[in-house]
Amino acid sequence: MSRTFSIGGVHPHDCKISKDSPIEIFPVPEQVSISMSQHLGAPAQPVVAKGDRVKAGQLIGRAGGFISANIHSSVSGTVVSVGELPDMLGNPAVHVVIDTDGDEWMEDIDRTPDVVRDISLSPQDIIKRIADCGIVGLGGASFPTHVKLSPPPGKKAEFLIINGAECEPYLTSDYRIMLERPEEILIGAKIMMKALGVAKGFIGIEDNKPEAIRRIGELARASYSEIEVVPLRKRYPQGGEKQLIDAVTGRKVPSMGLPIDTGVVVQNCGTAFAVYEAVQKNKPLFESIVTVTGDCTGQQRNFLLRVGTRFDKMLEEVGGMPSEAVKLISGGPMMGKAVSNISAASVKSTSALLVLSEKQTARREEGNCIRCGKCAQACPMGLEPFLLNRLARLGWKDELEKNKVYDCIECGCCSYTCPAFIPLLDYIRLAKADVLRIMRARPKK
Amino acid sequence: MGTFVITVVAILTVLGLLLAVILFFVAEKFKVAEDTRIDTVEAIMPGANCGGCGFAGCRAFAEACVKSESLDGFFCPVGGNAVMQKVASALGMTVEEKAPMTAVVRCNGSCDNRPKTNEYGGSSSCRIMASLYSGDTACKYGCLGQGDCEEACNFDAIRINPSTGLPEVDEDKCTACGACVKACPRNIIELRNKGPKNRRVYVCCSSNDKGAVARKACSVACIGCRKCEKVCPFGAITVENNLAYIDFNKCKLCRKCVEECPTGAIHAVNFPVRLPMQPEAFAAPGTTNKDKEE
Amino acid sequence: MRKLLVSPAPHIHGNENTRKIMRDVLIALAPSVIVSVYFFGFKAIELVLVGAVTCMGVEYLVQKYIMRVKPSVSDLSAAVTGVLLALNLPPNAPWWVMLIGSIVAIGVAKLTFGGLGHNVFNPALVGRVFLLVSFPAIMTDWTLPDGWFRPEVDAISGATPLSIINEGLASGLTLSQIMANHPEIDLSWTQMLFAKTGGSIGELSSFALILGFVYLLARKVIRPHITLSILLTVAALTFIFWQINPDKYTDPLFNILSGGVLIGSIFMATDYVTSPMTAKGMVIYGVGIGLITVLIRYFGSYPEGISFAILIMNSVVPLINKYVKPRRFGKEVANA
Repeated sequence: MSRTFSIGGVHPHDCKISKDSPIEIFPVPEQVSISMSQHLGAPAQPVVAKGDRVKAGQLIGRAGGFISANIHSSVSGTVVSVGELPDMLGNPAVHVVIDTDGDEWMEDIDRTPDVVRDISLSPQDIIKRIADCGIVGLGGASFPTHVKLSPPPGKKAEFLIINGAECEPYLTSDYRIMLERPEEILIGAKIMMKALGVAKGFIGIEDNKPEAIRRIGELARASYSEIEVVPLRKRYPQGGEKQLIDAVTGRKVPSMGLPIDTGVVVQNCGTAFAVYEAVQKNKPLFESIVTVTGDCTGQQRNFLLRVGTRFDKMLEEVGGMPSEAVKLISGGPMMGKAVSNISAASVKSTSALLVLSEKQTARREEGNCIRCGKCAQACPMGLEPFLLNRLARLGWKDELEKNKVYDCIECGCCSYTCPAFIPLLDYIRLAKADVLRIMRARPKK
Repeated sequence: MGTFVITVVAILTVLGLLLAVILFFVAEKFKVAEDTRIDTVEAIMPGANCGGCGFAGCRAFAEACVKSESLDGFFCPVGGNAVMQKVASALGMTVEEKAPMTAVVRCNGSCDNRPKTNEYGGSSSCRIMASLYSGDTACKYGCLGQGDCEEACNFDAIRINPSTGLPEVDEDKCTACGACVKACPRNIIELRNKGPKNRRVYVCCSSNDKGAVARKACSVACIGCRKCEKVCPFGAITVENNLAYIDFNKCKLCRKCVEECPTGAIHAVNFPVRLPMQPEAFAAPGTTNKDKEE
Repeated sequence: MRKLLVSPAPHIHGNENTRKIMRDVLIALAPSVIVSVYFFGFKAIELVLVGAVTCMGVEYLVQKYIMRVKPSVSDLSAAVTGVLLALNLPPNAPWWVMLIGSIVAIGVAKLTFGGLGHNVFNPALVGRVFLLVSFPAIMTDWTLPDGWFRPEVDAISGATPLSIINEGLASGLTLSQIMANHPEIDLSWTQMLFAKTGGSIGELSSFALILGFVYLLARKVIRPHITLSILLTVAALTFIFWQINPDKYTDPLFNILSGGVLIGSIFMATDYVTSPMTAKGMVIYGVGIGLITVLIRYFGSYPEGISFAILIMNSVVPLINKYVKPRRFGKEVANA
């Protein structure tokens, strides 16, 4: 029996309708808008100005702090503007807009398809290269990878876990890359293991992707024996860091703790591929693999896409926005963000553009809580969403803290499962932010 | 039978006396010395327990007043000057008269003025909506219309008008407690002086967007053109971050800015109607204003 | 193109809803209803229909004209209450008793607290207990109804074994003497499993009730914790007493299969609203019900105690919910 995490979880329909379409190269767009806030932490500082000529892979934004990441141009062309543009949520962010002109890459990028297996760089150089190339976590949170690979003093990593769970419905970008570039992912994992100084790595893959398990498993057994493939029983939110660590190693990240507290570092398999490309091919992160899908779209496809491509351009490629479509989601249906600005541009961590119809996504009228406890049963953190929701609406911050609202991972299992259609997470998310703010403002003992 | 009744009465009497004595001593022993003036002040308070004064409730306010040396900085927005005068005389202190205030909504982005660019389908809470994204119009500063202010109000003084989607303040009910000001995640509600005869002039917009952007999002936005700033004879208007602000302490209600504003973002309220546009419409407000003047 | 819809995640729903859950409960009750119709004929249909219709009607009228909220009868929770109450009445109960019980169940026990999800006590049980104390004669009259469509007239007799034994023990007889006096009571487990010797119309066939339980489990409507902990507690406790004095105390199998223990533990105690939310809490609640039931049966003046046991434990549920927390993920707080 495959392993899985210990408490809670739900089983949404798979809907991986794009899983059999191979990754296609998306045509280079005529214009890209590259945001300077594509990662968690401080925005990058633009280092180009209007009129500058840039090549693909050239640095255009320098990391604005320790927790920040470099930004590189994804096309060659001329900078037409540097200034605030609304992002996909309508919030202003500094973007560098580049008019494309040909497709000239920086000369030091190795564009050959050969797989480079020898890891020649030292651990320090690996981390420096990853930082230079602006690699961020591609699992959703966009946490700068070089920060995650530099554990704080006193903490030591024992394992690296590569997240191939892809537990969100519809998403297939990780699956495709695991099928098409398995060796690169394994080498990427090895590179990160070297940087961390750990001897053991795992790749957790849900058992609804038997082909990926087989292919990576064979390769790992043959030539990467330090990395073990762990099949996981399909269950959402398996791809959550804490749940994945629990599923693979049985260790539990403590409340308010980080994965490193259990000696584990988790990286997404897309990140492993980006690390491979950065370290072995000297290629900065300016392309991402994006699933464009939805039951109502004409086609469901996986693309290798330049960062900064506008969402409406992506939709055009699969036949435009269908008439019954009402919601556009960047990411999966459980944790993705609804897009309010269709002309916003993709970022490094854009993994999917999902189109949902009204029937699939419209919220239904909220009823009375029937106290069935299904939310508490579904919560993977063992919280009581029904209680937190009520406390949040009352604004009782002390009680919320006592009931560990800060442990919420915002996976959405509670709202998903509630038979009374109560949007539990809406209020809990807000209360969590409030409580965390209060806790952080409190003087440390 | 007779002795039984007598016994019962006797036992109960003795028991009653005994308990009374115990109660008396217990009460003496655990007596909490409390300033009786707190009760006096609390009795004066309106008892709304709204927290508008900045204290947990009316009693907390009363305690703070009694402990304090002077009444500076203490004000009950619900009771207003009348209550504060009573509190002052009860405590033998003096209190300064404060101009009455009211909540003012600084956004006029109704459905007609500010077209929707997307549809919000989440929980009807402005805070949730504001934490999610920039809102369902192109203006990221304006009212979100989910009614957090309405929910926060203890006096039923602010309500969302369903036809405009904007909150409206009922001046007569508003106590200027500030609950709505705190509740609004966009900070569009401000407490302003009610003004003489409730007449006041204010900028009905909160957008910090540049003129063109603001105008595109909303037809009645302040575009920061500075015309009002120039026309104001009293220097009451300042434009900062593309937004004009009228200092109600300096404004003399001349209304030159109202005429000058190209988008109609400056509102003047409770002034008598100058020209009868429509006879019926004139009659009603005209009489009310007259009533107020008398 | 339409305007984009924007809302916080998650963007999909698991497609489970209150109405579906209530419908599943009704389906789970169907075998018991069918069995009761088989034995009691038209009378059973009458009681079930009066119950369901009155409960839904009262809910609709009160919500619409008194509470002035949108009526929620379509969630079928009132229908469940009505059917459950009907199944808890003796077969000969007149229709107006059912009507009064339904009005009390919905009007008093459910809507005065604020409607679905807010009531402290199980409405159907409140209705039943109200009837039990208001019309004790009717509620303990186990004579069989005459009337239309009763094919199995002779299969079952009048009184419930529990009441006969209770009366017998009260008059100082031993169990074996009571059994000898009442040859009509067949306590073989097959008889108990498929058709008991009298009782409320829903208590008739333990098999039908267990079928409903299995359906509810399979559909994941309820978790087994409450039901099993009640049954195990009753079994364990009665086993001890039975071992001590088999002449005075009835045996565990009899205690589980007789009376309302099954219907109570499967359908009444597991009511979402009035039961705890966490697995641990459910076990505490179940053990409490089992304990009180056995105590009332052995030492109380009523022959049956499960209704009171559930109601008593209902009142403890808020406390259980407050103090029994689910198993949290990653217990200790990091010293970060």
